[in-house]
Amino acid sequence: MIELRNLSKSFTTADGPVDALKHVSLTINDGDIYGIIGMSGAGKSTLVRCINMLERPTEGSVIWDETDLGSLGKKEIQQVRHQITMIFQSFNLLMQRTCLENIMLPLKLIHMPRAEARKKATELLETVGLPDKANSYPAQLSGGQQQRIAIARALATNPKVLLCDEATSALDPKTTHSILDLIREINRTMGITVIVITHQMSVVQEICNRVAILENGTVVEEGDVSQIFSNPKARATKALVFPDVAEGMDTYTQANQQTIRLVFQGAEATAKPLITSMAIDCKIAANILSATTRTLNGKIYGNMLLSIPGGPDELATAVKYLSKAESVTVQVDVQYTRDAEEAGVNG
Amino acid sequence: MGDYLATYYNAEKLEKAWTVIRTQFLHETGVTLYITLVSTLFAILIGLPLGVILVTGDSKGIRPLPKPLMAFLNGLINLLRSAPFIILIVVLMPVTRAIVGKAVGNAAVIVPLIIAAFPFVARLVEGSLREVNPNIIEMSLSMGASAWETVIHVMLPESVPSLITSFTTAITTILGYTAMSGAVGGGGLGNLAITQGQQRYNQAVLLAALIVLVILVQILQSVGTRLARKCDRRLKEK
Repeated sequence: MIELRNLSKSFTTADGPVDALKHVSLTINDGDIYGIIGMSGAGKSTLVRCINMLERPTEGSVIWDETDLGSLGKKEIQQVRHQITMIFQSFNLLMQRTCLENIMLPLKLIHMPRAEARKKATELLETVGLPDKANSYPAQLSGGQQQRIAIARALATNPKVLLCDEATSALDPKTTHSILDLIREINRTMGITVIVITHQMSVVQEICNRVAILENGTVVEEGDVSQIFSNPKARATKALVFPDVAEGMDTYTQANQQTIRLVFQGAEATAKPLITSMAIDCKIAANILSATTRTLNGKIYGNMLLSIPGGPDELATAVKYLSKAESVTVQVDVQYTRDAEEAGVNG
Repeated sequence: MGDYLATYYNAEKLEKAWTVIRTQFLHETGVTLYITLVSTLFAILIGLPLGVILVTGDSKGIRPLPKPLMAFLNGLINLLRSAPFIILIVVLMPVTRAIVGKAVGNAAVIVPLIIAAFPFVARLVEGSLREVNPNIIEMSLSMGASAWETVIHVMLPESVPSLITSFTTAITTILGYTAMSGAVGGGGLGNLAITQGQQRYNQAVLLAALIVLVILVQILQSVGTRLARKCDRRLKEK
């Protein structure tokens, strides 16, 4: 288990101090694939570097299996880094070394005999599906293959935790998918806890079981991925979950328009023609402003932005009617929420 | 022009020049190469670790050293690099005498050459190591490597092609410096060109020495460039 307690990190820059992380507290359980998502500049990279102490937190602590990593000395931290390994967006392979030698590098650091290290590295090449690339140089490999070698290297010392820092951001969607499959496989078969840093909701959607949303160095929302997807609360989360919010479409709704957001969870939610039946039963003709679907752990999630004509009474009726439907979450007035949040920031 | 040729390239001068070329050139070329190679070797032995320290000991490096120490090292390097070599030879005479037992001769040239060249090599090494992708250094630290292990297993191997290029620059520069060896009684082609050519008004000897030096530089440079390219696994096609 990894516990981040009240973690803060500030940097001194030419323009004065910058608070990259502000009082972040998170708990990552063993066996989790834990997503940490946020826009660039949200503090994700700093956060992940605090976990293996590449960045020393300014305040707060990182507790791993009852050890406060911040209290450890240089040598002890180096030992911990054999257990908490890392892969990167830019793969970071040694370009002057063969794939096999790259995988053998961490083994060299734990002074494993060369023959044994060679055997282990060869096995790992098998694990990541590139047994024929032992003597190739990274420059001869595609991006996806390079990341596979980097993953093999990260697994060499039998770590307990794998940190993935935007590991798929430099890859095309198809390769991303195959790398994510590999990471999930590793999590399942080796029981390695995985922490995934990303700005892509699709990555979280595909492999994570829990997620934290980071905005301006603070965790604005945290929980099970299915729960976050069906009922996002924070503005930043909505921007990530609902594409129309991200595109700023909700700002195009007229000022006096009443809007409702519906999230349908699973196929059973779509069994009934909900919008049509509302029109018949309540005489409310909702206008569909946007609608999308996405799949999460094999479950379909639909999301719809409705405009409700009339006044507050009609809105209340619609919310009441829609809330009765099974596996449907209703959120009122995205427009209003947004304005209120912004007013809160300004005030 | 005609006068110039008659004065410097007449039959008598050419014959004398030919004698010098025949009897001394091979030996003096050997001396030049000997002085160059030994000096370069020692300059690298001192300059390489020093260059590593300049990079790793920097305040943003992987093993920052006390600021005064870094300031001293940088100051020393700048000082030695700003002194003209001919001055350095003279100033260093007592040091040379202390090290090799005498202040004249080929061995005596090597000492000031090393002292002039190692700060240059250190700066070249510094440049090569600073080119190493910082992400790769971070990767090394993230897998539990110490600063020393990062230098040995990551920074140096990754910069081998660049280091070879740097050392090639160093060896050709040092070859140029050997021309001044005559100032302390050392030999070599440069000295021959000055004593047998310039001082005896025999332009042909000067010219011949120059041609040999140019050929030597060309050979060293192309061997170095080819080696660097051959070592570089980033460029290698399947």
